Amino acid sequence: MATNSSLRLALLAVAALVAVAYPIVSGSSGSFLTIVWAKALPVLGIILLLQAGQVSFGHAMFFAVGAYTIGFVGRAMAGGELVLLLVAAAFASLLAGLLVGVFVVRYRYIFFGMLNLAFSMVLFSMLEKFIHVTGGSDGLRIARPTILGEAMGRAQYETILYYVSLAILALALYGGARFLDSPLGHALKAIKSNETRVEYLGISARLVLLVAYVASAVLAGLGGALVGAIQGIATPDYAYWVRSGEFVFVAILGGTGHVAGALAGAFVYEFIRSSAAAYVGDTWQMTLGIVLLAVILFAPRGIVGMAADLWGRLTGGSARAEPAPEEADAPDAPAREPRPLRIVGGGR
Amino acid sequence: MSALISARGIAIRFGGVVAADGVSLDVFAGDHLAIIGPNGAGKTTFLNICTGYLKPQGGTVQFKGRDILGSSPRAITRLGIARAFQIPQLFLEQSVRENMLIAAASQARRFAPFARLADIPERGDVEHLLALVDCADVADRKAGELPEGKRKLVDIALALALKPEVLLMDEPTSGVASSEKFTIMDTLVAALRERAVTAVFVEHDMEMVSRYANRVAVWSAGTISRQGPPAEVLNDPEVVRTVIGG
Repeated sequence: MATNSSLRLALLAVAALVAVAYPIVSGSSGSFLTIVWAKALPVLGIILLLQAGQVSFGHAMFFAVGAYTIGFVGRAMAGGELVLLLVAAAFASLLAGLLVGVFVVRYRYIFFGMLNLAFSMVLFSMLEKFIHVTGGSDGLRIARPTILGEAMGRAQYETILYYVSLAILALALYGGARFLDSPLGHALKAIKSNETRVEYLGISARLVLLVAYVASAVLAGLGGALVGAIQGIATPDYAYWVRSGEFVFVAILGGTGHVAGALAGAFVYEFIRSSAAAYVGDTWQMTLGIVLLAVILFAPRGIVGMAADLWGRLTGGSARAEPAPEEADAPDAPAREPRPLRIVGGGR
Repeated sequence: MSALISARGIAIRFGGVVAADGVSLDVFAGDHLAIIGPNGAGKTTFLNICTGYLKPQGGTVQFKGRDILGSSPRAITRLGIARAFQIPQLFLEQSVRENMLIAAASQARRFAPFARLADIPERGDVEHLLALVDCADVADRKAGELPEGKRKLVDIALALALKPEVLLMDEPTSGVASSEKFTIMDTLVAALRERAVTAVFVEHDMEMVSRYANRVAVWSAGTISRQGPPAEVLNDPEVVRTVIGG
Protein backbone atom coordinates (compact mmCIF):
# COMPACT_ATOMS: atom_id res chain seq x y z
CA MET A 1 0.00 0.00 0.00
CA ALA A 2 2.88 2.32 0.88
CA THR A 3 4.61 1.67 -2.44
CA ASN A 4 1.31 2.19 -4.21
CA SER A 5 0.76 5.62 -2.69
CA SER A 6 4.38 6.68 -3.17
CA LEU A 7 4.11 5.60 -6.81
CA ARG A 8 1.01 7.71 -7.11
CA LEU A 9 2.81 10.64 -5.51
CA ALA A 10 5.69 10.21 -7.95
CA LEU A 11 3.29 10.26 -10.90
CA LEU A 12 1.65 13.38 -9.52
CA ALA A 13 5.06 15.04 -9.17
CA VAL A 14 5.95 14.14 -12.77
CA ALA A 15 2.64 15.56 -14.03
CA ALA A 16 3.19 18.75 -12.05
CA LEU A 17 6.72 19.04 -13.39
CA VAL A 18 5.50 18.62 -16.98
CA ALA A 19 2.82 21.24 -16.44
CA VAL A 20 5.33 23.69 -14.96
CA ALA A 21 8.00 23.01 -17.61
CA TYR A 22 5.67 23.06 -20.61
CA PRO A 23 5.81 26.78 -21.55
CA ILE A 24 9.59 26.84 -21.02
CA VAL A 25 10.31 23.72 -23.06
CA SER A 26 7.78 24.28 -25.84
CA GLY A 27 8.53 27.98 -26.10
CA SER A 28 4.85 28.67 -26.58
CA SER A 29 2.71 30.48 -24.04
CA GLY A 30 0.50 27.38 -23.71
CA SER A 31 -2.76 29.21 -24.16
CA PHE A 32 -4.62 25.95 -24.90
CA LEU A 33 -3.58 24.61 -21.52
CA THR A 34 -4.34 27.92 -19.80
CA ILE A 35 -7.94 27.52 -20.96
CA VAL A 36 -7.92 23.96 -19.64
CA TRP A 37 -6.70 25.07 -16.20
CA ALA A 38 -9.24 27.90 -16.09
CA LYS A 39 -12.21 25.85 -17.28
CA ALA A 40 -11.46 23.03 -14.86
CA LEU A 41 -12.37 25.43 -12.02
CA PRO A 42 -16.14 25.71 -12.65
CA VAL A 43 -16.18 21.98 -13.42
CA LEU A 44 -14.68 21.35 -9.99
CA GLY A 45 -17.51 23.45 -8.56
CA ILE A 46 -20.06 21.26 -10.35
CA ILE A 47 -18.34 18.15 -8.99
CA LEU A 48 -18.62 19.52 -5.44
CA LEU A 49 -22.39 19.96 -5.84
CA LEU A 50 -22.72 16.53 -7.44
CA GLN A 51 -21.43 15.00 -4.20
CA ALA A 52 -24.79 15.98 -2.72
CA GLY A 53 -26.55 14.65 -5.82
CA GLN A 54 -27.43 18.14 -7.06
CA VAL A 55 -26.81 19.30 -10.64
CA SER A 56 -26.69 23.01 -11.41
CA PHE A 57 -27.58 24.02 -14.96
CA GLY A 58 -26.80 27.64 -14.22
CA HIS A 59 -23.22 27.90 -13.02
CA ALA A 60 -22.25 29.93 -16.05
CA MET A 61 -23.80 32.86 -14.18
CA PHE A 62 -20.90 32.86 -11.74
CA PHE A 63 -18.48 32.35 -14.61
CA ALA A 64 -19.90 35.56 -16.10
CA VAL A 65 -19.84 37.35 -12.74
CA GLY A 66 -16.12 36.64 -12.54
CA ALA A 67 -15.38 37.78 -16.09
CA TYR A 68 -17.52 40.94 -15.93
CA THR A 69 -16.10 41.82 -12.51
CA ILE A 70 -12.56 42.00 -13.84
CA GLY A 71 -13.90 43.91 -16.85
CA PHE A 72 -15.65 46.53 -14.72
CA VAL A 73 -12.99 46.82 -12.05
CA GLY A 74 -10.26 46.90 -14.68
CA ARG A 75 -12.09 49.67 -16.57
CA ALA A 76 -12.55 51.70 -13.39
CA MET A 77 -8.85 51.35 -12.58
CA ALA A 78 -7.70 51.95 -16.17
CA GLY A 79 -6.36 48.43 -16.68
CA GLY A 80 -5.94 47.42 -13.09
CA GLU A 81 -3.76 44.92 -11.35
CA LEU A 82 -4.24 41.17 -11.98
CA VAL A 83 -3.99 40.11 -8.34
CA LEU A 84 -6.56 42.72 -7.31
CA LEU A 85 -8.84 41.80 -10.20
CA LEU A 86 -8.79 38.13 -9.24
CA VAL A 87 -9.53 38.94 -5.61
CA ALA A 88 -12.42 41.16 -6.74
CA ALA A 89 -13.76 38.38 -8.99
CA ALA A 90 -13.58 35.85 -6.16
CA PHE A 91 -15.34 38.24 -3.80
CA ALA A 92 -18.07 39.15 -6.30
CA SER A 93 -18.81 35.52 -7.12
CA LEU A 94 -18.83 34.70 -3.41
CA LEU A 95 -21.49 37.36 -2.86
CA ALA A 96 -23.47 36.23 -5.90
CA GLY A 97 -23.19 32.60 -4.76
CA LEU A 98 -24.48 33.50 -1.33
CA LEU A 99 -27.35 35.52 -2.74
CA VAL A 100 -28.52 32.89 -5.23
CA GLY A 101 -27.54 30.02 -2.94
CA VAL A 102 -29.86 31.08 -0.14
CA PHE A 103 -32.76 30.47 -2.54
CA VAL A 104 -31.66 27.42 -4.45
CA VAL A 105 -30.43 25.25 -1.56
CA ARG A 106 -34.05 24.95 -0.47
CA TYR A 107 -34.73 22.86 -3.57
CA ARG A 108 -33.52 19.50 -4.80
CA TYR A 109 -32.94 17.65 -8.05
CA ILE A 110 -34.82 18.98 -11.10
CA PHE A 111 -36.03 22.04 -9.17
CA PHE A 112 -32.51 22.85 -8.03
CA GLY A 113 -31.20 22.47 -11.57
CA MET A 114 -33.94 24.53 -13.20
CA LEU A 115 -33.87 27.29 -10.62
CA ASN A 116 -30.16 27.71 -11.24
CA LEU A 117 -30.87 27.81 -14.96
CA ALA A 118 -33.50 30.49 -14.43
CA PHE A 119 -31.18 32.70 -12.39
CA SER A 120 -28.43 32.36 -14.99
CA MET A 121 -30.77 33.30 -17.83
CA VAL A 122 -31.91 36.37 -15.94
CA LEU A 123 -28.28 37.44 -15.70
CA PHE A 124 -27.76 36.62 -19.39
CA SER A 125 -30.67 38.87 -20.42
CA MET A 126 -29.45 41.67 -18.18
CA LEU A 127 -25.99 41.49 -19.71
CA GLU A 128 -27.55 41.62 -23.17
CA LYS A 129 -30.07 44.38 -22.53
CA PHE A 130 -28.22 46.90 -20.38
CA ILE A 131 -26.07 47.92 -23.32
CA HIS A 132 -24.81 51.16 -21.78
CA VAL A 133 -23.35 49.38 -18.81
CA THR A 134 -22.37 45.98 -20.17
CA GLY A 135 -21.78 46.66 -23.84
CA GLY A 136 -24.65 44.35 -24.74
CA SER A 137 -23.92 41.42 -27.00
CA ASP A 138 -20.66 43.05 -28.12
CA GLY A 139 -19.39 42.39 -24.66
CA LEU A 140 -17.07 44.20 -22.31
CA ARG A 141 -13.44 44.62 -23.26
CA ILE A 142 -10.96 43.49 -20.65
CA ALA A 143 -7.75 45.48 -20.92
CA ARG A 144 -4.50 43.76 -20.09
CA PRO A 145 -3.82 44.47 -16.41
CA THR A 146 -0.45 45.00 -14.80
CA ILE A 147 0.96 42.11 -12.82
CA LEU A 148 2.38 43.13 -9.44
CA GLY A 149 2.74 46.63 -10.83
CA GLU A 150 4.63 45.58 -13.99
CA ALA A 151 3.17 46.24 -17.43
CA MET A 152 3.50 43.14 -19.59
CA GLY A 153 4.00 42.34 -23.25
CA ARG A 154 1.50 39.95 -24.79
CA ALA A 155 3.65 36.79 -24.72
CA GLN A 156 4.90 37.46 -21.22
CA TYR A 157 1.38 38.18 -20.01
CA GLU A 158 0.08 34.91 -21.44
CA THR A 159 2.90 32.94 -19.88
CA ILE A 160 2.18 34.45 -16.50
CA LEU A 161 -1.54 33.78 -16.91
CA TYR A 162 -0.62 30.16 -17.61
CA TYR A 163 1.18 29.87 -14.29
CA VAL A 164 -1.39 31.84 -12.35
CA SER A 165 -4.18 29.61 -13.69
CA LEU A 166 -2.15 26.49 -13.00
CA ALA A 167 -1.43 27.60 -9.43
CA ILE A 168 -5.06 28.51 -8.73
CA LEU A 169 -6.25 25.18 -10.15
CA ALA A 170 -3.67 23.21 -8.16
CA LEU A 171 -4.74 24.98 -4.98
CA ALA A 172 -8.41 24.46 -5.81
CA LEU A 173 -7.95 20.74 -6.50
CA TYR A 174 -6.02 20.29 -3.28
CA GLY A 175 -8.51 22.35 -1.30
CA GLY A 176 -11.43 20.53 -2.93
CA ALA A 177 -9.99 17.13 -2.05
CA ARG A 178 -9.36 18.23 1.54
CA PHE A 179 -12.87 19.65 1.79
CA LEU A 180 -14.46 16.42 0.57
CA ASP A 181 -12.48 14.51 3.18
CA SER A 182 -13.59 16.84 5.99
CA PRO A 183 -16.67 16.37 8.20
CA LEU A 184 -18.45 18.97 6.08
CA GLY A 185 -17.54 17.19 2.86
CA HIS A 186 -18.75 13.87 4.20
CA ALA A 187 -21.98 15.49 5.37
CA LEU A 188 -22.35 16.80 1.81
CA LYS A 189 -22.09 13.25 0.44
CA ALA A 190 -24.51 12.08 3.13
CA ILE A 191 -27.15 14.48 1.77
CA LYS A 192 -27.13 12.45 -1.43
CA SER A 193 -27.91 9.15 0.25
CA ASN A 194 -30.15 10.17 3.15
CA GLU A 195 -30.98 13.79 3.84
CA THR A 196 -33.51 12.85 6.53
CA ARG A 197 -30.84 11.17 8.60
CA VAL A 198 -28.52 14.14 8.11
CA GLU A 199 -31.12 16.30 9.85
CA TYR A 200 -31.63 13.64 12.51
CA LEU A 201 -27.92 13.89 13.28
CA GLY A 202 -28.40 17.56 14.07
CA ILE A 203 -26.84 18.79 10.82
CA SER A 204 -28.51 21.41 8.63
CA ALA A 205 -28.47 19.92 5.14
CA ARG A 206 -29.27 23.33 3.66
CA LEU A 207 -26.35 24.98 5.40
CA VAL A 208 -23.94 22.27 4.28
CA LEU A 209 -25.20 22.58 0.72
CA LEU A 210 -24.92 26.37 0.91
CA VAL A 211 -21.25 26.15 1.90
CA ALA A 212 -20.58 23.87 -1.08
CA TYR A 213 -22.66 26.11 -3.32
CA VAL A 214 -20.75 29.26 -2.40
CA ALA A 215 -17.44 27.43 -2.86
CA SER A 216 -18.58 26.25 -6.29
CA ALA A 217 -19.64 29.81 -7.19
CA VAL A 218 -16.20 31.17 -6.25
CA LEU A 219 -14.51 28.46 -8.34
CA ALA A 220 -16.74 29.29 -11.32
CA GLY A 221 -16.09 33.01 -10.81
CA LEU A 222 -12.32 32.54 -10.77
CA GLY A 223 -12.56 30.37 -13.88
CA GLY A 224 -14.58 33.07 -15.65
CA ALA A 225 -12.14 35.78 -14.59
CA LEU A 226 -9.18 33.82 -15.94
CA VAL A 227 -10.88 32.98 -19.24
CA GLY A 228 -11.89 36.64 -19.53
CA ALA A 229 -8.31 37.72 -18.89
CA ILE A 230 -7.02 35.28 -21.51
CA GLN A 231 -9.55 36.26 -24.16
CA GLY A 232 -9.56 39.97 -23.32
CA ILE A 233 -13.33 40.20 -23.43
CA ALA A 234 -16.43 39.22 -21.47
CA THR A 235 -19.64 38.59 -23.42
CA PRO A 236 -23.17 37.61 -22.35
CA ASP A 237 -22.38 34.15 -23.77
CA TYR A 238 -20.36 33.60 -20.60
CA ALA A 239 -23.68 33.32 -18.73
CA TYR A 240 -25.59 31.41 -21.40
CA TRP A 241 -27.19 28.08 -20.46
CA VAL A 242 -25.18 26.20 -23.08
CA ARG A 243 -22.04 27.04 -21.15
CA SER A 244 -23.63 25.85 -17.91
CA GLY A 245 -24.45 22.62 -19.67
CA GLU A 246 -20.88 22.40 -20.87
CA PHE A 247 -19.60 22.42 -17.27
CA VAL A 248 -21.93 19.57 -16.35
CA PHE A 249 -20.95 17.73 -19.53
CA VAL A 250 -17.25 18.06 -18.73
CA ALA A 251 -17.81 16.93 -15.12
CA ILE A 252 -19.52 13.73 -16.27
CA LEU A 253 -16.87 13.20 -18.92
CA GLY A 254 -14.06 13.55 -16.38
CA GLY A 255 -15.74 11.60 -13.60
CA THR A 256 -17.71 12.99 -10.69
CA GLY A 257 -16.28 10.74 -7.99
CA HIS A 258 -13.00 12.61 -7.62
CA VAL A 259 -11.76 16.21 -7.87
CA ALA A 260 -9.28 15.12 -10.54
CA GLY A 261 -12.27 14.52 -12.80
CA ALA A 262 -12.44 18.28 -13.33
CA LEU A 263 -8.93 18.41 -14.75
CA ALA A 264 -9.22 15.21 -16.81
CA GLY A 265 -12.59 16.26 -18.21
CA ALA A 266 -11.50 19.80 -19.08
CA PHE A 267 -8.37 18.55 -20.79
CA VAL A 268 -10.11 15.92 -22.92
CA TYR A 269 -12.99 18.27 -23.73
CA GLU A 270 -10.77 21.10 -24.93
CA PHE A 271 -8.54 18.65 -26.76
CA ILE A 272 -11.43 17.09 -28.68
CA ARG A 273 -12.91 20.48 -29.35
CA SER A 274 -9.76 22.02 -30.77
CA SER A 275 -8.58 18.97 -32.73
CA ALA A 276 -12.00 18.03 -34.04
CA ALA A 277 -12.50 21.61 -35.13
CA ALA A 278 -9.18 21.48 -36.94
CA TYR A 279 -9.67 18.15 -38.71
CA VAL A 280 -13.37 17.59 -39.19
CA GLY A 281 -14.64 21.11 -39.53
CA ASP A 282 -17.95 21.92 -37.93
CA THR A 283 -18.63 18.51 -36.46
CA TRP A 284 -16.85 18.92 -33.13
CA GLN A 285 -20.13 18.94 -31.25
CA MET A 286 -21.06 15.59 -32.81
CA THR A 287 -17.66 14.17 -31.90
CA LEU A 288 -18.10 15.35 -28.30
CA GLY A 289 -21.60 13.89 -28.21
CA ILE A 290 -20.36 10.49 -29.30
CA VAL A 291 -17.55 10.61 -26.74
CA LEU A 292 -19.99 11.46 -23.96
CA LEU A 293 -22.34 8.67 -25.03
CA ALA A 294 -19.43 6.23 -24.94
CA VAL A 295 -18.37 7.45 -21.51
CA ILE A 296 -21.87 7.14 -20.05
CA LEU A 297 -22.41 3.69 -21.55
CA PHE A 298 -19.02 2.13 -20.97
CA ALA A 299 -17.32 4.17 -18.25
CA PRO A 300 -20.00 5.69 -16.03
CA ARG A 301 -17.36 6.86 -13.58
CA GLY A 302 -15.75 8.99 -16.27
CA ILE A 303 -12.13 9.26 -17.32
CA VAL A 304 -10.91 9.26 -13.74
CA GLY A 305 -12.87 6.09 -12.98
CA MET A 306 -11.43 4.45 -16.07
CA ALA A 307 -7.92 5.46 -15.01
CA ALA A 308 -8.52 4.08 -11.52
CA ASP A 309 -9.60 0.72 -12.97
CA LEU A 310 -6.56 0.62 -15.20
CA TRP A 311 -4.33 1.59 -12.28
CA GLY A 312 -5.84 -1.20 -10.18
CA ARG A 313 -5.15 -3.73 -12.91
CA LEU A 314 -1.58 -2.50 -13.41
CA THR A 315 -0.65 -2.52 -9.73
CA GLY A 316 -2.46 -5.83 -9.29
CA GLY A 317 -4.34 -4.60 -6.24
CA SER A 318 -7.98 -3.77 -5.93
CA ALA A 319 -7.16 -0.08 -5.81
CA ARG A 320 -10.53 0.85 -7.18
CA ALA A 321 -11.83 4.14 -6.01
CA GLU A 322 -15.41 2.96 -6.01
CA PRO A 323 -17.28 -0.01 -7.42
CA ALA A 324 -19.27 0.56 -10.58
CA PRO A 325 -22.98 1.10 -9.88
CA GLU A 326 -23.99 -2.34 -11.13
CA GLU A 327 -21.64 -4.04 -8.68
CA ALA A 328 -23.48 -2.60 -5.72
CA ASP A 329 -26.25 -5.05 -6.51
CA ALA A 330 -24.11 -8.15 -6.26
CA PRO A 331 -26.07 -11.31 -5.33
CA ASP A 332 -25.23 -11.21 -1.62
CA ALA A 333 -25.73 -7.47 -1.29
CA PRO A 334 -29.09 -6.44 0.11
CA ALA A 335 -31.55 -4.85 -2.27
CA ARG A 336 -31.41 -1.11 -2.68
CA GLU A 337 -33.84 0.77 -0.53
CA PRO A 338 -36.49 3.12 -1.79
CA ARG A 339 -36.32 6.84 -1.10
CA PRO A 340 -35.72 7.39 2.60
CA LEU A 341 -38.22 10.17 3.13
CA ARG A 342 -41.12 7.79 2.75
CA ILE A 343 -39.70 5.26 5.16
CA VAL A 344 -39.63 7.56 8.16
CA GLY A 345 -43.34 8.08 8.28
CA GLY A 346 -44.11 4.44 7.53
CA GLY A 347 -44.90 1.66 9.94
CA ARG A 348 -47.02 3.53 12.40
CA MET B 1 -39.74 12.97 39.91
CA SER B 2 -40.41 15.32 37.00
CA ALA B 3 -40.70 13.99 33.48
CA LEU B 4 -38.01 14.41 30.84
CA ILE B 5 -40.49 14.18 27.99
CA SER B 6 -44.03 15.08 28.76
CA ALA B 7 -46.74 14.70 26.12
CA ARG B 8 -50.21 16.03 26.86
CA GLY B 9 -53.41 15.56 24.91
CA ILE B 10 -51.76 14.58 21.63
CA ALA B 11 -54.30 14.27 18.83
CA ILE B 12 -53.43 13.36 15.27
CA ARG B 13 -55.34 11.74 12.46
CA PHE B 14 -54.42 10.75 8.94
CA GLY B 15 -57.54 11.16 6.84
CA GLY B 16 -60.06 8.96 8.59
CA VAL B 17 -57.48 7.09 10.67
CA VAL B 18 -57.15 8.32 14.24
CA ALA B 19 -53.63 7.59 15.41
CA ALA B 20 -53.85 9.53 18.65
CA ASP B 21 -56.84 11.03 20.38
CA GLY B 22 -55.75 12.82 23.53
CA VAL B 23 -52.67 10.79 24.35
CA SER B 24 -50.74 11.83 27.44
CA LEU B 25 -47.49 10.10 28.28
CA ASP B 26 -44.51 10.90 30.48
CA VAL B 27 -40.96 9.65 30.07
CA PHE B 28 -38.93 9.87 33.25
CA ALA B 29 -35.16 10.07 33.57
CA GLY B 30 -33.69 6.58 33.65
CA ASP B 31 -36.79 5.02 32.15
CA HIS B 32 -36.59 2.09 29.80
CA LEU B 33 -40.10 2.57 28.54
CA ALA B 34 -41.60 0.12 26.06
CA ILE B 35 -44.54 1.22 23.96
CA ILE B 36 -46.59 -1.74 22.77
CA GLY B 37 -49.81 -1.99 20.84
CA PRO B 38 -51.46 -3.45 17.76
CA ASN B 39 -50.00 -2.72 14.33
CA GLY B 40 -50.99 0.67 13.01
CA ALA B 41 -51.99 1.96 16.44
CA GLY B 42 -49.79 5.06 16.22
CA LYS B 43 -46.66 4.08 18.12
CA THR B 44 -44.21 5.22 15.46
CA THR B 45 -46.31 8.34 14.96
CA PHE B 46 -45.61 9.17 18.59
CA LEU B 47 -41.85 8.94 17.94
CA ASN B 48 -42.30 11.08 14.82
CA ILE B 49 -44.09 13.73 16.88
CA CYS B 50 -41.55 13.73 19.69
CA THR B 51 -38.73 14.25 17.17
CA GLY B 52 -40.46 17.00 15.20
CA TYR B 53 -41.08 15.00 12.03
CA LEU B 54 -44.86 15.26 12.36
CA LYS B 55 -46.96 17.96 13.91
CA PRO B 56 -50.08 16.80 15.72
CA GLN B 57 -53.41 18.58 15.32
CA GLY B 58 -53.60 19.08 19.06
CA GLY B 59 -51.66 18.71 22.30
CA THR B 60 -48.25 19.68 23.65
CA VAL B 61 -44.89 17.98 24.00
CA GLN B 62 -42.31 19.28 26.44
CA PHE B 63 -38.71 18.25 26.92
CA LYS B 64 -37.40 19.20 30.35
CA GLY B 65 -40.18 21.76 30.64
CA ARG B 66 -39.50 23.32 27.28
CA ASP B 67 -42.08 23.21 24.51
CA ILE B 68 -40.68 21.31 21.52
CA LEU B 69 -43.72 21.01 19.27
CA GLY B 70 -43.00 22.84 16.04
CA SER B 71 -39.23 22.45 16.38
CA SER B 72 -37.41 20.67 13.57
CA PRO B 73 -35.88 17.19 13.94
CA ARG B 74 -32.49 18.91 13.81
CA ALA B 75 -33.27 21.30 16.66
CA ILE B 76 -34.73 18.51 18.78
CA THR B 77 -31.70 16.32 18.12
CA ARG B 78 -29.53 19.21 19.31
CA LEU B 79 -31.55 19.36 22.53
CA GLY B 80 -30.61 15.78 23.34
CA ILE B 81 -33.30 13.53 21.89
CA ALA B 82 -31.86 11.04 19.40
CA ARG B 83 -33.76 8.60 17.28
CA ALA B 84 -33.11 5.16 15.82
CA PHE B 85 -35.31 3.89 13.02
CA GLN B 86 -37.30 0.75 12.33
CA ILE B 87 -35.88 0.69 8.82
CA PRO B 88 -32.22 1.71 9.23
CA GLN B 89 -31.46 5.18 7.88
CA LEU B 90 -27.80 5.11 6.92
CA PHE B 91 -25.53 6.76 4.41
CA LEU B 92 -25.30 3.73 2.18
CA GLU B 93 -22.46 4.92 -0.03
CA GLN B 94 -20.15 5.73 2.85
CA SER B 95 -18.31 3.33 5.14
CA VAL B 96 -19.76 2.38 8.49
CA ARG B 97 -16.95 4.24 10.21
CA GLU B 98 -17.62 7.36 8.14
CA ASN B 99 -21.31 7.15 9.03
CA MET B 100 -20.36 7.10 12.70
CA LEU B 101 -17.73 9.82 12.40
CA ILE B 102 -20.24 12.17 10.75
CA ALA B 103 -22.54 11.72 13.74
CA ALA B 104 -19.69 12.22 16.21
CA ALA B 105 -18.44 15.31 14.34
CA SER B 106 -21.94 16.74 14.40
CA GLN B 107 -22.28 16.10 18.13
CA ALA B 108 -18.97 17.83 18.86
CA ARG B 109 -19.69 20.50 16.21
CA ARG B 110 -16.49 19.84 14.36
CA PHE B 111 -17.00 21.44 10.99
CA ALA B 112 -13.65 23.00 10.14
CA PRO B 113 -13.71 22.79 6.34
CA PHE B 114 -10.23 21.37 5.84
CA ALA B 115 -9.83 19.07 8.86
CA ARG B 116 -9.91 15.35 8.10
CA LEU B 117 -13.02 13.55 9.26
CA ALA B 118 -10.94 10.48 10.10
CA ASP B 119 -8.78 12.52 12.50
CA ILE B 120 -11.43 14.07 14.73
CA PRO B 121 -10.70 13.64 18.45
CA GLU B 122 -13.92 11.63 18.87
CA ARG B 123 -12.63 8.77 16.72
CA GLY B 124 -11.73 6.66 19.77
CA ASP B 125 -15.29 7.02 20.98
CA VAL B 126 -16.55 5.89 17.59
CA GLU B 127 -14.40 2.75 17.65
CA HIS B 128 -15.66 2.01 21.15
CA LEU B 129 -19.28 2.34 20.03
CA LEU B 130 -18.67 0.17 16.97
CA ALA B 131 -17.19 -2.53 19.17
CA LEU B 132 -20.12 -2.20 21.54
CA VAL B 133 -22.68 -2.95 18.85
CA ASP B 134 -20.47 -5.70 17.42
CA CYS B 135 -19.77 -3.85 14.17
CA ALA B 136 -16.01 -3.25 14.49
CA ASP B 137 -15.39 -5.96 11.89
CA VAL B 138 -17.46 -4.16 9.24
CA ALA B 139 -16.26 -0.61 10.00
CA ASP B 140 -14.54 -0.22 6.63
CA ARG B 141 -17.38 -1.61 4.56
CA LYS B 142 -19.96 0.58 2.90
CA ALA B 143 -23.15 0.76 4.93
CA GLY B 144 -25.04 -0.32 1.81
CA GLU B 145 -23.19 -3.64 1.76
CA LEU B 146 -24.22 -4.70 5.26
CA PRO B 147 -26.88 -7.29 6.01
CA GLU B 148 -30.07 -5.95 7.56
CA GLY B 149 -29.21 -6.94 11.13
CA LYS B 150 -25.91 -5.08 11.08
CA ARG B 151 -27.51 -2.03 9.52
CA LYS B 152 -29.96 -1.96 12.38
CA LEU B 153 -27.11 -1.93 14.89
CA VAL B 154 -25.23 0.81 13.07
CA ASP B 155 -28.45 2.81 13.02
CA ILE B 156 -28.67 2.61 16.81
CA ALA B 157 -24.95 3.32 17.19
CA LEU B 158 -25.40 6.47 15.07
CA ALA B 159 -27.98 7.72 17.54
CA LEU B 160 -25.72 6.84 20.48
CA ALA B 161 -22.83 8.73 18.92
CA LEU B 162 -24.91 11.87 19.43
CA LYS B 163 -24.60 11.33 23.20
CA PRO B 164 -28.33 11.82 23.71
CA GLU B 165 -30.17 12.19 26.98
CA VAL B 166 -33.11 10.31 25.54
CA LEU B 167 -32.94 7.65 22.85
CA LEU B 168 -36.12 6.79 20.97
CA MET B 169 -35.92 3.42 19.23
CA ASP B 170 -38.39 1.91 16.81
CA GLU B 171 -38.34 -1.89 17.13
CA PRO B 172 -34.59 -2.01 17.85
CA THR B 173 -34.17 -5.71 17.13
CA SER B 174 -36.60 -6.33 14.30
CA GLY B 175 -34.61 -7.74 11.42
CA VAL B 176 -31.86 -8.95 13.74
CA ALA B 177 -31.42 -12.73 13.85
CA SER B 178 -33.30 -14.11 16.85
CA SER B 179 -30.20 -15.94 18.04
CA GLU B 180 -28.41 -12.59 18.43
CA LYS B 181 -31.30 -10.50 19.71
CA PHE B 182 -30.67 -10.95 23.40
CA THR B 183 -26.90 -10.63 23.23
CA ILE B 184 -27.31 -7.37 21.38
CA MET B 185 -30.00 -6.02 23.68
CA ASP B 186 -27.93 -7.00 26.73
CA THR B 187 -24.99 -4.94 25.49
CA LEU B 188 -27.23 -2.14 24.31
CA VAL B 189 -29.05 -1.84 27.62
CA ALA B 190 -25.75 -2.01 29.49
CA ALA B 191 -24.46 0.82 27.29
CA LEU B 192 -27.59 2.86 27.95
CA ARG B 193 -27.13 2.38 31.70
CA GLU B 194 -23.44 3.21 31.54
CA ARG B 195 -24.20 6.46 29.73
CA ALA B 196 -27.32 7.18 31.76
CA VAL B 197 -29.42 7.37 28.62
CA THR B 198 -33.16 7.28 29.03
CA ALA B 199 -34.72 4.98 26.45
CA VAL B 200 -38.09 4.63 24.81
CA PHE B 201 -38.66 1.73 22.48
CA VAL B 202 -41.55 0.62 20.36
CA GLU B 203 -41.65 -3.16 20.51
CA HIS B 204 -43.73 -6.08 19.30
CA ASP B 205 -41.74 -8.83 20.93
CA MET B 206 -43.18 -9.34 24.43
CA GLU B 207 -40.17 -11.34 25.54
CA MET B 208 -38.01 -8.30 24.84
CA VAL B 209 -40.44 -6.07 26.68
CA SER B 210 -40.56 -8.17 29.83
CA ARG B 211 -36.81 -8.55 29.82
CA TYR B 212 -35.64 -5.01 29.12
CA ALA B 213 -38.38 -2.52 29.99
CA ASN B 214 -38.97 -1.14 33.45
CA ARG B 215 -42.23 0.42 32.33
CA VAL B 216 -44.74 -0.44 29.64
CA ALA B 217 -47.34 1.76 27.95
CA VAL B 218 -50.05 0.17 25.87
CA TRP B 219 -51.08 2.22 22.83
CA SER B 220 -54.44 1.10 21.62
CA ALA B 221 -57.24 2.74 19.63
CA GLY B 222 -55.61 6.16 19.78
CA THR B 223 -55.09 6.26 23.54
CA ILE B 224 -52.77 4.90 26.21
CA SER B 225 -55.03 2.23 27.58
CA ARG B 226 -52.73 1.01 30.31
CA GLN B 227 -49.28 1.70 31.73
CA GLY B 228 -47.15 0.32 34.53
CA PRO B 229 -44.46 -2.24 35.32
CA PRO B 230 -44.16 -5.05 32.73
CA ALA B 231 -45.15 -7.80 35.14
CA GLU B 232 -48.50 -6.14 35.78
CA VAL B 233 -49.30 -4.83 32.34
CA LEU B 234 -48.34 -7.91 30.36
CA ASN B 235 -50.55 -10.09 32.56
CA ASP B 236 -53.58 -7.85 32.34
CA PRO B 237 -56.28 -9.95 30.65
CA GLU B 238 -57.47 -6.97 28.58
CA VAL B 239 -53.93 -6.31 27.29
CA VAL B 240 -53.43 -9.98 26.58
CA ARG B 241 -56.66 -10.02 24.56
CA THR B 242 -56.15 -6.84 22.52
CA VAL B 243 -52.40 -6.60 22.07
CA ILE B 244 -50.54 -9.77 22.78
CA GLY B 245 -53.20 -12.04 21.40
CA GLY B 246 -53.72 -15.32 23.09
